[in-house]
Amino acid sequence: MTEEIIIAGFGGQGVLSMGKILAYSGIMQDQEVSWMPSYGPEMRGGTANVTVILSDERISSPILRAYDTAIILNQQSMDKFEDAVKPGGTLLYDPNGISRHPKRTDINIYRVEAAKKAAEMGNIKIFNMIVLGAYLNIKPIVKMENVIKGLKKSLPERHHKLIPLNEDAINVGMKSVETVSTTV
Amino acid sequence: MGELRLMKGNEALAEAIIRAGADGYFGYPITPQSEVIEYLTAEKPQERTGMVVLQAESEVASINMLYGGGATGKKVVTSSSSPGISLMQEGLSYIAGAEIPVLVVNVVRGGPGLGDIQPAQSDYFQSTKGGGHGDYRLIVLAPSSVQEMSDFVPVAFDLAFKYRNPVMILSDGAIGQMMEKVELFDTIPRLTDEEVKERYPWATNGKPKGGERRIITSLDLDPAKMEEHNRHLQEKYRKIEENEVRYEEFQCDDAEYILVAYGSSARIAQKAIQLLREKGVKVGLLRLITLWPFPYKRIEELAAKGVKGFLAVEMSAGQMVEDVQLAVNGKVKVAHFGRLGGIVHSPEEVVEALEQKIIGE
Repeated sequence: MTEEIIIAGFGGQGVLSMGKILAYSGIMQDQEVSWMPSYGPEMRGGTANVTVILSDERISSPILRAYDTAIILNQQSMDKFEDAVKPGGTLLYDPNGISRHPKRTDINIYRVEAAKKAAEMGNIKIFNMIVLGAYLNIKPIVKMENVIKGLKKSLPERHHKLIPLNEDAINVGMKSVETVSTTV
Repeated sequence: MGELRLMKGNEALAEAIIRAGADGYFGYPITPQSEVIEYLTAEKPQERTGMVVLQAESEVASINMLYGGGATGKKVVTSSSSPGISLMQEGLSYIAGAEIPVLVVNVVRGGPGLGDIQPAQSDYFQSTKGGGHGDYRLIVLAPSSVQEMSDFVPVAFDLAFKYRNPVMILSDGAIGQMMEKVELFDTIPRLTDEEVKERYPWATNGKPKGGERRIITSLDLDPAKMEEHNRHLQEKYRKIEENEVRYEEFQCDDAEYILVAYGSSARIAQKAIQLLREKGVKVGLLRLITLWPFPYKRIEELAAKGVKGFLAVEMSAGQMVEDVQLAVNGKVKVAHFGRLGGIVHSPEEVVEALEQKIIGE
């Protein structure tokens, strides 16, 4: 199994930390992982994206141009990465703030109202965990118990009291994902 | 098995510096390697192992702190990125001339000049051919994973002290900034002052009773003595060339074409090989681990045993390719591919380059 993912959105949405939690979850179930952020001056208040790879084998390139899955959280990222999904691949997005929805018919498209759900739960910081939940429902590549272990590793000890809230958010995400269109 | 962590390349390097039993780190922050000094400062190695971490006032200061620390037989290290490493070249020449074992890490960014902060591999000439003045060489190690950012630190220190020679770890912004799983090695205790005195009779750590005064210098105004010193350095370099060439081969056994790459380009090349093999192209990778000494002999052998062409993949306008050409010596086709100025090539671009520049012609 090799899963090549791009997660893209605004800086501050928790794109990088979501990638990190996913990568740590992979380590918890003995997978090889890589986490390659876009870095540079453009990140401050601008777009942020991270390439995460989970694999049973040694990972070759951490830098890719085509992805199995794109998780897209703003319009700029939709414009940039819709075409980068491999045919038959997966695109997951939050329609909040999206004016041009994905058009491809050769990929599987899902949506999750993560920003809306996060607001309903009263904490916008768990937005990224709702998105992660939605992704894990579509592609259960890591077990929930390993995600929790990954969370524990990613978060400093003083924030461990927030793990149940994050777990709730992941479960909300899992229940909230909607299928837009599939290839089969 | 050692401890498993998800770390950035820069963080893994910093942790490895502490665990390798280093005595001192002297550095000045610069993107994309500032996590090294950030991690070291947060980790307080002075409490863990007694290691000193000092932010110098400039890169010129840090390299000269290395000169001083290394001269006393201590394990000292600095890290920087391209423009900062350029500032250190005078010091590196002095250190090589005075035969002081030190470790310098370059997390390369786009150049020339201040350039940008994105990954590049355009400091190959500077690192392997001598960026400072005089006939000298650095031993240059090129990690291509976060694991190797950690593993190469003790290797580099061992080589530095074995040959009394500066060693460079030549990384790049991609390896420095990415996170991967890393298995950390157990801490190697720092040497005591007595152990340093015992192991390194050249170190300037106090005149022994009744012994000779020790002098470490790169200066000798007598040209005959300076020629002798240069001959001694060259002999040492020949020994290093004989004993320390390191590389890794990947699917080279049946390969008709070979990609030659190091660092993050080697990782990208590996993916390109996977894509090419899916198309039925027999292609392999020669990944350089030491950039100097360079595996001329192995490339010559591969060219002689029927490889039809070599493609040097590096994020530069063509630097390492010159060494590949020297090794191949006109026997088969050699070409170069690389994006410039901080743009990282994609595996697909490497596939296209091999098809157009080597297979197609």
